[in-house]
Amino acid sequence: MPNGVLALKEVSINVENNEFFTLLGPSGCGKTTLLRMIAGFETITEGTIKLFGENIERLPANRRPVNTVFQQYALFPHMNVLQNVAFGLNMLGKSDIEAKSTAQRMLDMVQLGQYADRKPSQLSGGQQQRVALARALAPSPKLLLLDEPLSALDLKLRQAMRVELKQIQEELGITFIFVTHDQEEALTMSDRIAVMSNGEIQQIGTGKEIYESPGNVFVADFIGETNLLNARVQSSNEEEAICLIGKDTALTCSFTEPVSNDDSVTVSIRPERIALSKVSTSKKHAGIKGTVKRFAYLGTDTQCMLELEDGTDINVRVQNAHHNATDFTIGESAYIEIDPGAARILLN
Amino acid sequence: MSNSLAKKVTDVRRYPGFFSLTILCMVLLYTPLIIVTIYSFNDSRSITAWGGFSLRWYNDIFFGLEAAKFKTAAWNSISIAIMAGTSATIIATSAAIGMIRGNPFSGKSLSFGLINLPLMVPEIVTAVATLIFFSAIGFTRGYLSILIAHVVFCIPFAYLPIAARLEGIERRYEEAAIDLYASRWQAFTKVLMPLMAPGILSGFLLAFIISLDDFIITNFVKGAGVETLPTAIFGSVRQGIKPNIMALSTLMLMVSIFFVSLSYYINRMGERTK
Amino acid sequence: MSKLVEKNNKAESSRGVFGEIGVWLLSPSWIVIGVFLLLPVIMMLVYSFLTKEFRGGVIWEPTLAAYDQFIFDRGLFGDEPPVIEWTYITIFARSIWQAALATVFCLLIGFPTAYYIATRPTRSRGVWLFLITIPYWVNLLIRTVSMKFLIRDTGPFNQFLLSTGLIDTPIHMVNTNFAVQLGLFYSYLPFMVLPIYAAVERYNFTLSEAAWDLYADRWTTLRKILMPVVKPGIIAGCILVFVPSLGAFLAPDLLGGAKTFMIGSLIEEQFKGNAGNWPFGAAASMILLTLVLIVLMIYARQQTRTYGGAH
Repeated sequence: MPNGVLALKEVSINVENNEFFTLLGPSGCGKTTLLRMIAGFETITEGTIKLFGENIERLPANRRPVNTVFQQYALFPHMNVLQNVAFGLNMLGKSDIEAKSTAQRMLDMVQLGQYADRKPSQLSGGQQQRVALARALAPSPKLLLLDEPLSALDLKLRQAMRVELKQIQEELGITFIFVTHDQEEALTMSDRIAVMSNGEIQQIGTGKEIYESPGNVFVADFIGETNLLNARVQSSNEEEAICLIGKDTALTCSFTEPVSNDDSVTVSIRPERIALSKVSTSKKHAGIKGTVKRFAYLGTDTQCMLELEDGTDINVRVQNAHHNATDFTIGESAYIEIDPGAARILLN
Repeated sequence: MSNSLAKKVTDVRRYPGFFSLTILCMVLLYTPLIIVTIYSFNDSRSITAWGGFSLRWYNDIFFGLEAAKFKTAAWNSISIAIMAGTSATIIATSAAIGMIRGNPFSGKSLSFGLINLPLMVPEIVTAVATLIFFSAIGFTRGYLSILIAHVVFCIPFAYLPIAARLEGIERRYEEAAIDLYASRWQAFTKVLMPLMAPGILSGFLLAFIISLDDFIITNFVKGAGVETLPTAIFGSVRQGIKPNIMALSTLMLMVSIFFVSLSYYINRMGERTK
Repeated sequence: MSKLVEKNNKAESSRGVFGEIGVWLLSPSWIVIGVFLLLPVIMMLVYSFLTKEFRGGVIWEPTLAAYDQFIFDRGLFGDEPPVIEWTYITIFARSIWQAALATVFCLLIGFPTAYYIATRPTRSRGVWLFLITIPYWVNLLIRTVSMKFLIRDTGPFNQFLLSTGLIDTPIHMVNTNFAVQLGLFYSYLPFMVLPIYAAVERYNFTLSEAAWDLYADRWTTLRKILMPVVKPGIIAGCILVFVPSLGAFLAPDLLGGAKTFMIGSLIEEQFKGNAGNWPFGAAASMILLTLVLIVLMIYARQQTRTYGGAH
């Protein structure tokens, strides 16, 4: 049921009712601009923004039933916590008693009921974050916008807040549009993610879709780590293509759009989908052989860089629970094996 | 080598002699003021010899022969300073929001130049121009012409602290207010103005002091018979420095110090609420 | 694939809360300053080309007499052959010289003071700064009168020196160029300290450390690193002293006499005093304003070069 429909001239996204939708991209990609257009702080020259079928793009921000959790919270420093949360309700003309009681309820919901009389500056970063959330939710917006709300928190708190945000969103059943540059944040919370770059939407999909089937090189590179290899198409059928990497390493690859023979393409292979061994175990492409150049121990796994015989560098991630990549020494020969379906031809 | 000596040798910030020059600077700045303050309590009728501590000259200002003149002048000075300071502050606050938050348009930098014009034009030139203007349009010089001239040159002084404060306030506060259904006027009165308050107050105080202190422009645009404290003092010292003038000067000195301290204190409080 | 048009300048694309009414908010300041200062300055320019009326005011007849009077003496009735008249040229030259000298003295004392204050720990820095700020806001008339009181022949300064036996007769200072110079220096000293202080406070002392590391000594570091970096502050300070000194009225009037006349007194005399020549006063004001604008333009160009046109 597509209830909240958002459209711009050339960026066009549809956000479903009750959805946790994330705009993900590097800084300057336009995600904040898009969010501010929805909030009403940026003028759109052409196109429409529809909320539950109603055009809102000509409404000023103070008449849109949309609220924002600002990046550094923008809590009014001269008001106490309760006054901050009640502000929107007061502006909507609610009676003072009603505004205060609703605000108190919202504060209780974010577990800050006892801090109502404090000034924002007397709260910790995490508490300020919750007040900002309560303030934006208090007028019961039809859509909540969150502009990198967690970026000012430290790692532990950020991880805890992710869970809490998602829970609140599910409980209230309000649509959230969340802006972040942190892919982990996007993957843990979102129902769907729009990956943005250079003012363009690169791909929209669930976390799994964009990670496992990235639509182009940018998405593959931006989400997680990947090996991007230059290759030439040797032969192809409707489902897969055989590509040559370097001089003589042949790989079976999936693709998003059909390719023809002799095309120069980019092949993406996630490092954790490559296995490393001392002897060749592959039946299909006997022994892609390389030399171990470098290790980096990363806790849960080890990153290992190999140089293939034709000079191509390739990264491999080996889980420390299963293997011990440090069995190898630098300069030693090793064989790699690529999971079937892991190699994917991408558009630039 | 002792520790302090080692520190003297290794401290890159330290320049020998700078401390002495700083003390010299302070002595130069304060000696005349302190001397006049001391002599204002001189019991002697002669301004040269010290005749013991007394408050007679303060008594003289309030109840002496010239008391009525000083009283009128003080009333003129204060009422003009309050009105000019208030008007200049309102105009400057509006201009600061327009400059800093307004959309860019051609002529914005020109507008900045215009606001600061009273700072760039030498005071005596402003005085001459204003006198010529009032004379040319046939405006009777007096209380009102002083007030108008004061509003004009107080604007940039009020503008500077207000604009500085506003620049330190991020747009997200007023955006948050608008996002929470406030009207533009409400966003100003309920959010932006309280946040700007230290800047607005210190802008007002500076404009107030500037107006209170002005001599040159007032001297040109005042009509016959209308005096402010500085013009009254000037008129009096032309015939020689009398002890009651020193008492009056000391009082005005204290008023200035009080207001500067107040402005300073408000700014410091403001820093904490940023 | 979809495209969102991104504008480069954020502020430009921002609608903002007060963005649209910016021009309206600025208009009161335009009107007030435009009508009561800009327009009067233009009228002053017009007046400087009019014929004087003997008891103040003007006759609406265009003439260059006011400017001519500056340079030439054509006799009492204006019919004698022109002779170069040095009186006014001397007054202007003296004003420029006195203002320049005051700037140099203020810099000599003001720079070390500003530097010293800027390198204090935060707490005591506030106190020092406060001490500098107070004279800045104290009524200039009162300060000048105080100075006059101090340096009179029978004033406390001379009395003190006489009592110590250092001198036998009082040092005569009032009505000399020295007294005017002292007055200018004293009036505008805080104007030198504050901008230099602001510049030194922002100065990154790692630069000095780097200079020391590369074998520069203390004073070379000052000359080659610190002073060039804080130069904008020094120049701003010099302007803030030079410009008001040039048009100063109180110091030359109260501390000086006829032989120490400066532009300010000359102008005042045309309007308030006995001379009563309005076009001539307007012309002198225009020349002063032009001098000041030239200095400010040099300053603006300097700033543009220093900050690469960003300001």
